Amino acid sequence: MSKQTLFDKIWDSHVVRSIEEGPDVLYIDRHFIHEVTSPQAFAGLRKRGIKVFRPEQTLATADHNIPTKDQDKPIKDEKSRIQVEQLAKNTAEFGINYFGLNHPNNGIVHVVGPELGYTLPGSTIVCGDSHTSTHGAFGAVAFGIGTSEVEMVLSTQCILQPKPKKMRINVNGALGKGVTAKDVILYIISQLSTGGATGYFVEYAGTTFKAMSMEERMTVCNMSIEMGARGGLIAPDETTFEYLKTIPAISGRADLPQLIGKWEKLKTDDGAEFDREISFDASKIKPMITYGTNPGMGMAINDTIPEVDDINPDTSASFLKSLDYMGFTPGEKLEGHTVDYVFLGSCTNGRIEDFRAFAKLVKGRKKASNITALLVPGSKLVEKQAREEGLDKILEAAGFELRQPGCSSCLAMNEDKIPAGKYAVATSNRNFEGRQGPGARTLLASPLTAAAAAITGKITDPRKFL
Amino acid sequence: MSKKKFEILESRCVPLPLENVDTDQIIPARFLSATTREGFGENLFRDWRYDKTGNKNTDFVLNNPTYSGEVLVAGKNFGSGSSREHAVWAITDYGFRVVVSSFFADIFRNNSLNNGLLPVIVPEKYLKNLLALIKKDPSTMVKIDLGKQEFSVMPDGEPIKFEINAYKKECLMKGLDDIDYLLSIKDVIIDYENSRN
Repeated sequence: MSKQTLFDKIWDSHVVRSIEEGPDVLYIDRHFIHEVTSPQAFAGLRKRGIKVFRPEQTLATADHNIPTKDQDKPIKDEKSRIQVEQLAKNTAEFGINYFGLNHPNNGIVHVVGPELGYTLPGSTIVCGDSHTSTHGAFGAVAFGIGTSEVEMVLSTQCILQPKPKKMRINVNGALGKGVTAKDVILYIISQLSTGGATGYFVEYAGTTFKAMSMEERMTVCNMSIEMGARGGLIAPDETTFEYLKTIPAISGRADLPQLIGKWEKLKTDDGAEFDREISFDASKIKPMITYGTNPGMGMAINDTIPEVDDINPDTSASFLKSLDYMGFTPGEKLEGHTVDYVFLGSCTNGRIEDFRAFAKLVKGRKKASNITALLVPGSKLVEKQAREEGLDKILEAAGFELRQPGCSSCLAMNEDKIPAGKYAVATSNRNFEGRQGPGARTLLASPLTAAAAAITGKITDPRKFL
Repeated sequence: MSKKKFEILESRCVPLPLENVDTDQIIPARFLSATTREGFGENLFRDWRYDKTGNKNTDFVLNNPTYSGEVLVAGKNFGSGSSREHAVWAITDYGFRVVVSSFFADIFRNNSLNNGLLPVIVPEKYLKNLLALIKKDPSTMVKIDLGKQEFSVMPDGEPIKFEINAYKKECLMKGLDDIDYLLSIKDVIIDYENSRN
């Protein structure tokens, strides 16, 4: 038998039919939906007069377009309220499980899925959201889709999809003090560029990922799309199984030993071929920060922005446009630059370990007076756990407050917007122009770097506090 | 449900010589609260098209009457970022039927094909020359022949081949719909489910 990659094994076992000179008909095990990218798909079902084919395989949550304060009150913005109400109506009508606002399981779709045990190794997972790649941390083939494809899954539990090429990214070695999973993925993206993995599905391998917790692996896989990759996955191992065993919905399963036996086989065969393979040395990675308007424009926090001469002449116009938007100049050092906002949260860094890391660094210190901080847990369960662990008290003592869960300032569909011209150190995944609000200037970084900025009011190397 | 067919298009072009144009630029998140597919065109490239006070930025290409047409020619890695299909709806609602670039983000390309918007991939050097040509002569006409999979500058430019898989090509040319196809093989899908249990 030919040697197969983990991605091949999962993909190929879900192909219902291959269309000649066309895409594969891929069977989807788990489908997540939210309020923003699903209403037009349900409208399509109504127009066709059909039902949802396998409603029990779809799970809905409201996350993108909701406030992170006063969630018990009606949503103030009328269009947002109608959109969330529409999701409640659609899921009720079509028989889909829905975690709406104030439900104890509500939260960001990519935080909720894994923490409740909906995300399983070896499965295919899609959602109308590009950060669906997060679930790849469990050894699943998970990727974002458009609304037309959401309608395909609702109506037939399948999508038509061309099989991507395969890339393996190896990182080996121990990470230095203050270097987190977020820094690892920002480093990889800065090396490959924002479109460098387009057309590929990535497997992350090597001792650095092996040593990571599940939450850290989720942070890495989450940002696969930021280098253009269709998705990214990590082979499941003991860390994965131990994490899954802590989830009530899984630990109670009678077939758990058989499941684990099956999951243990989910790995790339020795000698399997990838279309592209790249390796990095973990010891070279430092705390990272982005300086431009795509996630590929990142550098070590104590480094300087490249000079125009260092940039490919064909891309220099885009490079300068980006720096102009950010209010930076080529060759500038960012350390010490004033910051106005700090955002801790999102499907990238809105989990309990992120809140623990942030709280640990700010403990016994005070928020800088020039900083407005938005601390947004990824889910109700994360919020609950943060309170149970007393993190809310540590944060309050340092001048911070914990908000209610949602996507919040990551895409600023709600009122959590960064004003024009202001600088925000954000633990989210995108620094695009206007992403956090029209004119907002986003600097992507880890929760530790965000915490350091929050107490100094400036871009600060977090290693100074460790 | 049948869709609009695409066979041959002859049109002038609108140049957007920027790289990595992400879907947040194509349609900012604050315009995603609608629950229908219509009307997104008025906010296409919103924050480049209008200034903070809502007035038109006269130096942005969509506000420049010199350029018009149903073909958008953009720098490489067009449509990166968010999976929002609203980006494609905004582009088609505005009136574009083709986007030309040297490469597209994967999700954007799938979304385009699912909405009758043809993504045409040309080599980077060809794209550079094409953008220069349009800048020099905004009345430049191009021809896209989907049947032959050819893109050419009219009247006598050497046609260049572009890739599209045979299935999607047939869907676009005949106005076929993926969901109709998937519904037609439901028995096969059920057999697959049974084979796994």
